[in-house]
Amino acid sequence: MFGAGGGTSSYTEIEETDLIVLWGSNARNAHPIFFHHLMKGIDNGAKMFAVDPRRTSSAKFADVWMGLNLGSDVALANGLGREIIAAGLANEEFIAHSTQGFDAYKEAVEPYTLEFTSQLTGLPVDVIRELAHDYATAEKAQILWTLGITEHHNAVDNVLALCSLALLTGHIGKWGSGLVPLRGQNNVQGGGDMGALPNKLPGFQNIDDDAARGKFEETYGIDLNPKPGLHLTLMFEAMERGEIKAAYVLGENPADSEADIQHARKLLEGLDLLVVQDIFLTRTAEMADVVFPASVAWAESDGTVTSSERRVQRSRAAVPPPGEARHDIDILFALAERMGHDWGQPDPQQLWDELRTLSPMHQGMSWDRLEETGGLQWPCPSLDHPGSPFLHGWLWADDLEGRAPAPFVPVTHQGPQEELTDEFPLRLTTGRALDSYNTGVQSGGFSSPIRYGDALDMHRIDAERLGLADGDMAVVSSPRGSVEMRIRIDDSLVEGLTFTTFHFPDLVDANVLTNDAWDKKSGTAEFKAASIRVEPLAAARR
Amino acid sequence: MTTTTETAVTISVNGSDVSVAAGDTILDACTAAGVDTPTICYGPTLTPVNACRVCVVELEGSRTLVPSCSRPVEEGMVVQTETERVNHSRKMVLEFLGSGVDLSQAEEITGWMQQYGAQPERYDNPERMNEEVKIQDDLYVRDYDKCVLCYKCVEACGDDAQHTYAISVSGRGFGARIATEFDVSLPDSACVYCGNCVAVCPTNALQFKTEFDLRKMENWRPEDQSVTTTVCSYCGVGCNLELHTQDERIVKVTSPDDHSVTWGNLCIKGRFGWQYVHGDSDG
Repeated sequence: MFGAGGGTSSYTEIEETDLIVLWGSNARNAHPIFFHHLMKGIDNGAKMFAVDPRRTSSAKFADVWMGLNLGSDVALANGLGREIIAAGLANEEFIAHSTQGFDAYKEAVEPYTLEFTSQLTGLPVDVIRELAHDYATAEKAQILWTLGITEHHNAVDNVLALCSLALLTGHIGKWGSGLVPLRGQNNVQGGGDMGALPNKLPGFQNIDDDAARGKFEETYGIDLNPKPGLHLTLMFEAMERGEIKAAYVLGENPADSEADIQHARKLLEGLDLLVVQDIFLTRTAEMADVVFPASVAWAESDGTVTSSERRVQRSRAAVPPPGEARHDIDILFALAERMGHDWGQPDPQQLWDELRTLSPMHQGMSWDRLEETGGLQWPCPSLDHPGSPFLHGWLWADDLEGRAPAPFVPVTHQGPQEELTDEFPLRLTTGRALDSYNTGVQSGGFSSPIRYGDALDMHRIDAERLGLADGDMAVVSSPRGSVEMRIRIDDSLVEGLTFTTFHFPDLVDANVLTNDAWDKKSGTAEFKAASIRVEPLAAARR
Repeated sequence: MTTTTETAVTISVNGSDVSVAAGDTILDACTAAGVDTPTICYGPTLTPVNACRVCVVELEGSRTLVPSCSRPVEEGMVVQTETERVNHSRKMVLEFLGSGVDLSQAEEITGWMQQYGAQPERYDNPERMNEEVKIQDDLYVRDYDKCVLCYKCVEACGDDAQHTYAISVSGRGFGARIATEFDVSLPDSACVYCGNCVAVCPTNALQFKTEFDLRKMENWRPEDQSVTTTVCSYCGVGCNLELHTQDERIVKVTSPDDHSVTWGNLCIKGRFGWQYVHGDSDG
């Protein structure tokens, strides 16, 4: 956001903030140790609003649970923005000095009166007003989110709407305030930092920026394609058109994890060549022509990973890889050699130092400093730089450090792509359980006493109407397909809303149901909102 | 936890002046002065509960001995840690604990018992709990015979870290014990199996199942173990893990209690979700 691909704040800051807005995130389950820091903030007197259609285990710790209609996040954010402006609580000095595009934003949110926002979100007028006023008047406030914001067909709009609230109030670029997307995977931040994005070079340098690209071309003595590549969702579309005929998949299990999974599997099967590099023979690996057995990155090889607070930390080998498994970089080096390029002996530290010469924000992070400090937060441009606990302090500088003011980007409410119909009258959303992780490839390895498998959670009134009791089997259908699932009554849901995890694809193929409608700006599919129908198993078979 | 400020406070420990930050404790000052102090219920990340009384010191002007782990320093305090009174008190505390509780796997405590000449065997037929080890799952076991009721597990489960409040001390006197609500089984309680209680237990009353099984097979060999610090493979929080390995296998996972991300704490996935490294599967 505002030109940097990372969360603005350190975990420690939430312990000292005054207002916490946890939006579309069940951090207590999905980021339990971050939630420890959040609880310190609450113990220190912070007030918390939890914005989530479900009353999650995180929301139970909030002062106010805002159970909005699924997918009405933009409406709520715009309504909050309008109320802050209408009540005269916007930070006019900050807006004038540090931002641009306020007038257009003001105009765009004008229709979102408290009453209209209430209609769109299903929330009472009073609590919308309360959040708007509390957020605007807090000395320090943070908005935090996870996939409840980003796994929607209008994900980027959702994020922009939240960014506008921070610009409106100045809750950005200073200790204790900020915009914090919590990262769901241990090195998803690091992957992006290293340029594993279709339009970026390492250090978030744009591939179409001649100067940045030139540095890489000079270092490696090769011309680079200045055109941005394809993200995962576009890759699947290119497979469908027959333009992509081969795929090399490293440490990902798309044959279980993609939305509208049957369609995705068909496309993977249709490839001329599928190479998978993984620590397990995943469902994707089973479909592959060639499988490279890899080592476990965090326990069997040396390297770095980058966390949700932009902290680069060392990972270290504790045990040797089993059998023929090899380190990821060994495999890549060997492959390069077969293709006629001798890269020498793979050495993680040497590769890291190579990166530091090309990525300014990592320049000051020597291997020794990473060892000594227990991790440094980017940007860290020189060896005497302490690293950056929070981002965007420049917004408060007299000259904005020579940068352009941060832009308001107005967005409008759309709601979920898939509407409710008589045929598919219930909402389905998805999420993580505390003791499991993604498609269960790793977390399936230990036996958890609190694991109950993938059930369809629903409100008791919906269940009664359908003649279902807790534990009954049902057929669950979306416009894309049907699966059999066990029903679990869950009173943290509201009527009309159902929920499932997706950790046990061998037992329940939950992603048969999910919608692959995706955001044109981010490439993320709408895992969080599908329309479904539920029927008792016996009735469906008649 | 104590909050520290820039202001320095100077006190005397065993005749030497030592300066620490305002808000620090006498224990912090002793440590700064290079004086070793036995502690059981104290933890660097936990709020002091003053349960064990083994860290007591003599404070000039105080009628009774004071627990050093919880008493904040005040300018000009004069503290003695090696007097007959202090040594005698520490010895008695260790003897009482040792007579009623199985401290065979509490290496640090048994070290202090030797240092202070504690002889728990001089008490005849002490009452003991004599309970079977509770084994409910594959993650950790509970051995009440080893519990000294230091409260550390309760603190870690509650306000000091996890905010789950699955356990507390129930009962009084000798019947006092750590219990879940209404003594229900762990999976039926609020427990989320983070294992943060196990991590702070000073006596192995709470013990990882992997360690318990290896001990049973007489194959738990700390002298052959090494510890490697790395980063957890699950969510993006970036928790540091200490992998304890023996014979090229992970046997236990802890987290450094001085790291700003975890302060020693982990969740169920980070602490227990490592079996896949060795190809073990629950199916």
